[in-house]
Amino acid sequence: MLEIGLSHYLTLAAVLFTLGFFGIFLNRKNVIIILMSIELMLLAVNINLVAFSVELGDLVGQVFAMFVLTVAAAEAAIGLAILVVYFRNRGTIEVEDINLMKG
Amino acid sequence: MPIAQVPNLMPALPEIFLACAAMALLMLGVFQKPGPEEEIKTARLISYLSVTTLVLALLLVLTVSGERLLAFGGMFVVDPFAMFFKVLALIASATAIVISRQYLEIQDIARFEFPVLIVLATLGMMMMISANDLIALYLGLELQSLCLYVVAAFQKDDARSTEAGLKYFVLGALASGMLLYGCSLVYGFTGTTGFEGLATQFHGAAGKSPSVGLVIGIVFILAGLAFKVSAVPFHMWTPDVYEGAPTPVTAFFSVAPKIAAIALFVRVMVGPFGDLVAQWQQIVIFISIASMLLGAFAAINQHNIKRLMAYSSIGHVGFALIGLAVGDAVGVRAILVYMAIYLFMTIGTFTCILCMRRNNRMVEEIDDLAGFSKSHPMVALAMAVFMFSMAGIPPLAGFFGKFYIFLAAIEAQLYTLAIIGVLSSVVAAFYYLRIIKVMYFDELTDSLDKPIGREMAAVLVGTGLVVLLFFGFLAPVVSGAEGAAAALFAG
Repeated sequence: MLEIGLSHYLTLAAVLFTLGFFGIFLNRKNVIIILMSIELMLLAVNINLVAFSVELGDLVGQVFAMFVLTVAAAEAAIGLAILVVYFRNRGTIEVEDINLMKG
Repeated sequence: MPIAQVPNLMPALPEIFLACAAMALLMLGVFQKPGPEEEIKTARLISYLSVTTLVLALLLVLTVSGERLLAFGGMFVVDPFAMFFKVLALIASATAIVISRQYLEIQDIARFEFPVLIVLATLGMMMMISANDLIALYLGLELQSLCLYVVAAFQKDDARSTEAGLKYFVLGALASGMLLYGCSLVYGFTGTTGFEGLATQFHGAAGKSPSVGLVIGIVFILAGLAFKVSAVPFHMWTPDVYEGAPTPVTAFFSVAPKIAAIALFVRVMVGPFGDLVAQWQQIVIFISIASMLLGAFAAINQHNIKRLMAYSSIGHVGFALIGLAVGDAVGVRAILVYMAIYLFMTIGTFTCILCMRRNNRMVEEIDDLAGFSKSHPMVALAMAVFMFSMAGIPPLAGFFGKFYIFLAAIEAQLYTLAIIGVLSSVVAAFYYLRIIKVMYFDELTDSLDKPIGREMAAVLVGTGLVVLLFFGFLAPVVSGAEGAAAALFAG
């Protein structure tokens, strides 16, 4: 039977991280999807940290993961709050409409 | 055996004081009487108290430190390097609050949360500067960033300000994610998150090449940090955020977070990864050259002065990173001197920009400065001094900053870097001098508002004198920077 080892977890985390990363850049529709992509990236990091922590037999990684979870919650709250004020001003959250300033 | 040992919290005293004071100020603001008149009064009171808090924290920083001290199980370090940067960050934040009051009242967004958020962001910066562990690094960085996202969108009825906040949030969160992924890889491949532990692991491994996972981790951390200092190729958020955010917020963004992020960048690269200099030096050289060139060329076509300052700050970060590319005590000393000078030049310039009002509305086009020397001779003179200093004309402060940077590059035989630096500072001089030309030689069309207000005048005089007479303070600043840089390399 297939043994699930560290490399499987790392691959999973890398795939999730890449999905999150490209979700931010390739998504042309909705800012909410960007927020979801950011969460995905942070969760990929957590998988990494916990997998390493178990592999190394060291608790620091899990402590780190706890902190990341907490900060991710605060980050999501602030992101949604900014999104709400943005929506009140513009009446849209389409990614393509975020273009008032251009270089 | 004692049940609980009281840890030694003395090294973190300024941070603890700031955290408690910020919460106390928040409570004080919440329990004031409601109403539009009272709101402005509360905002003034809290601004005043916040500046006092920051000044007290500055005094605490100066009394606490002196030698290398550790706290929180080695996660938090206080040394002369941290002290130098903390002093700069606190000066920047306090001045930013002082120059913001008038603007916030004119724009009708004078609310007490603003100074409290600045104080909390400053707390995050001080945690970053003192971070001695990847966890402490991440938490300090996030405390700072979360406050900055909110202040960028502070003018919440303005579409541009909220858009700036949204862009900053999305790209900032992306950078944090990358930094964090790098941290997880470094932790996994070394088994430790402490900077000292990492440094001992790499010590003596200079010849051997480290594992691929570790190098990828370091590159991710580098990318996250480069984003926070807005170095090319991670600069794309800077012009938009600087243009959209309220002007005092832009002034704050371009100094305090940048100083803290540079401090963190230097500490991470020189401390734990110092023995892997061969792995990251090329990347830093590339980032530095690209930032200098972009800062010089992209700013030429700008009409909006805040956008121009954004490109200018990208260029300045490029110059500072030359010192990091050198990677020894001389280079770090040059960075410290450069950032100290950059702080005063930039705060002064933004104070002048905040004086650009017409019929009580802010104007931000460079052409609006036409005839500024006739309507506001003193402010125009100060602006001219800052612009000459940014361009690096001796004997103003900016010249000495660039001088020490190029000296470090030449001593380390990085001639290409020094030559490109000098050339891009010549190109950059074009747009700085263009502002002076517009102020002094273009016809006055529609005069800007007078008077500029007492706090603004005081800040202008203060920063102007520092920039003008910097050669007088050169010796103490350089020796302080030398001590701070030496402390980083001794540990």
